[in-house]
Amino acid sequence: MDVQLLTYLFVGGSFALYIGIAIWSRAGSTKEFYVAGGGVSPLANGAATAADWMSAASFISMAGIIAFAGYDASVYLMGWTGGYVLLAMLLAPYLRKFGKFTVPDFIGDRYYSNVARTVAVICVIFVSFTYVAGQMRGVGIVFARFLEVDVNVGVIIGMAIVFFYAVLGGMKGITYTQVAQYCVLIFAFLVPAVFLSIMMTGHVLPQTGFGATVLDAAGNDTGVYLLDRLDQIVQDLGFGAYTDGSKSTIDVFFITAALMCGTAGLPHVIVRFFTVPTVRDARISAGWALFFIALLYTTAPAVGAFARTNLIETVNNTEYQELPGWFYNWENSGLIGWLDKNNDGRVQMAAGDPFKGAPTFAGSREEATGDVGQRVITNAPTDNASEIYVDRDIMVLANPEIGNLPAWVIALVAAGGVAAALSTAAGLLLVISSAVSHDLLKKTLKPDISEKQELLAARLAAVVAIIIAGYFGINPPGFVAQVVAFAFGLAAASFFPVILMGIFYKRMNKEGAIAGMAVGLAFTFCYIVYFKFVSPELNTADNWLFGVSPEGIGTVGMILNFIVALVVSRVTAPPPEHIQHIVEDIRVPRGAGAAQAH
Amino acid sequence: MKEENARAYWAANVRLILSYLVVWFVVSYGCGILLADALNNIQFFGFKLGFWFAQQGSIYVFLALIIMYARSMNKLDRKFDVHEE
Repeated sequence: MDVQLLTYLFVGGSFALYIGIAIWSRAGSTKEFYVAGGGVSPLANGAATAADWMSAASFISMAGIIAFAGYDASVYLMGWTGGYVLLAMLLAPYLRKFGKFTVPDFIGDRYYSNVARTVAVICVIFVSFTYVAGQMRGVGIVFARFLEVDVNVGVIIGMAIVFFYAVLGGMKGITYTQVAQYCVLIFAFLVPAVFLSIMMTGHVLPQTGFGATVLDAAGNDTGVYLLDRLDQIVQDLGFGAYTDGSKSTIDVFFITAALMCGTAGLPHVIVRFFTVPTVRDARISAGWALFFIALLYTTAPAVGAFARTNLIETVNNTEYQELPGWFYNWENSGLIGWLDKNNDGRVQMAAGDPFKGAPTFAGSREEATGDVGQRVITNAPTDNASEIYVDRDIMVLANPEIGNLPAWVIALVAAGGVAAALSTAAGLLLVISSAVSHDLLKKTLKPDISEKQELLAARLAAVVAIIIAGYFGINPPGFVAQVVAFAFGLAAASFFPVILMGIFYKRMNKEGAIAGMAVGLAFTFCYIVYFKFVSPELNTADNWLFGVSPEGIGTVGMILNFIVALVVSRVTAPPPEHIQHIVEDIRVPRGAGAAQAH
Repeated sequence: MKEENARAYWAANVRLILSYLVVWFVVSYGCGILLADALNNIQFFGFKLGFWFAQQGSIYVFLALIIMYARSMNKLDRKFDVHEE
């Protein structure tokens, strides 16, 4: 069977599975819609959290980013896993004991203030929308690359699927589809990685192959460690060593901290821990989540190193006509572009960009063919020796072809990419819809609506959120890639400190929390907007505060939040008696009933 | 007495969290970032040690920490008789 047909089968089959699960797990009450009735096993919640957490970017782009950034990409690996330690020890168990439905619920109740609740709602919606737009785009891109449909058609198909199970099933439907999506995506990620590891090092586990010696083409051990070889070849080409960083230590430190605290503060992650039956389950469920995430996150750096080594050794200084087939395929789809600067008919790699931005082609290969058969590029060349543009996403997408794997593996990778994007999108949409129907409508504007009406409102809000997300997917704002810093920075500077102090510092009051959130948010927001949008030309280390980039500034915002909150709470009245009792109560596990409506 | 028990339980929990967070900090921010350059002089199988901590080791330690914390807390819950039925 050809790749195209297999891909339709795999992706179509996975969709049928998700829809089947959605019908089986319809939500009948607000409790089921918001927190799956509080009856999800810690293992299933761990898998669902992992699928929720790992987006199209983790699945498709991360290994490629590591391949090109080397040590510098460690910030993502540590930052996006270390946050789970904070979550398991500092937040999840107590929020589960608290037993409400949403993050603004906790902030509004603990700080006895609808102002605090509203600030939290706005943050939730902002953070979640910046995230979800990228996911919808990811669905479209996977469709476009593997199924040869238009990106926009892909986005609409993705919207239809998410619509079906998120609106019908709420958290309950989402949880069980996410478990299925996790299985699809992890299998799709590991299979090519294992093959690649065997091909290059003879190790079945990519995690050990990463630190093993390389095999030559005949399969004999060369006795040279993969990473030593990789350091050598990238340095020969004029890049910095793969295992050394180019970012300053302070910047790496602050970015890692912002990603960790941001992860722990992201509402769509926190809310997953409201779905397990007990406090004890919430603690171990974070362990399961990290276990499932670590399967991908410890494999990705190995894939990055394998793919970079393989790419350079296969392509550099090779005559264009001698290159393997995948090179031409990805050149056809515009993810590889070659500009033969010295007219020797060979592909040369070197440090620096071959030309500015992504390649623009004079036409298809048939319409505009270069001297040796390459596609003609119209970008103006830069003055370095680098001749080739390689899109980072290729590192994962082309792996099955690079490893000469059978067609079904390519189909599997397509299904995995779609699963990763859909599962994250669904989790975010649910958080947005519950912020609107529960926190804004039920808790602030119209407290007297019935449960039926609230459930209807939640479904309507999900519909609206899907349509808006789809609109952003079809008309992506140019800044999608840049706003990731926002999501984590704002979560780190707002939610994380406020929730943490709400649990661990009984004396923290409404005034302190609101002032802290406001200062942390405003500072982080302005810093990122200034360097990303107002004066992007100044976005260099010399101009940064303490040498901290916009990606890491959330950490500074968080520290400011803590300081302001502590100072303000000291000079204002302590929280009322019953709030102090709430805090005492959430610190003790016993008595955590099922997540309750109230 | 009940209140004292709850206070003692909370103090034990906070001590536990702090000791685990020290390890958390040392493996990631310590070995993976601040001391990475120094540790890179040590060879660990095919890895430079600092690089290994940053891209592999820290993640394994994080996972172990969560599991150990969950276990210690289950014991602590019983010891102070605040466990769930």
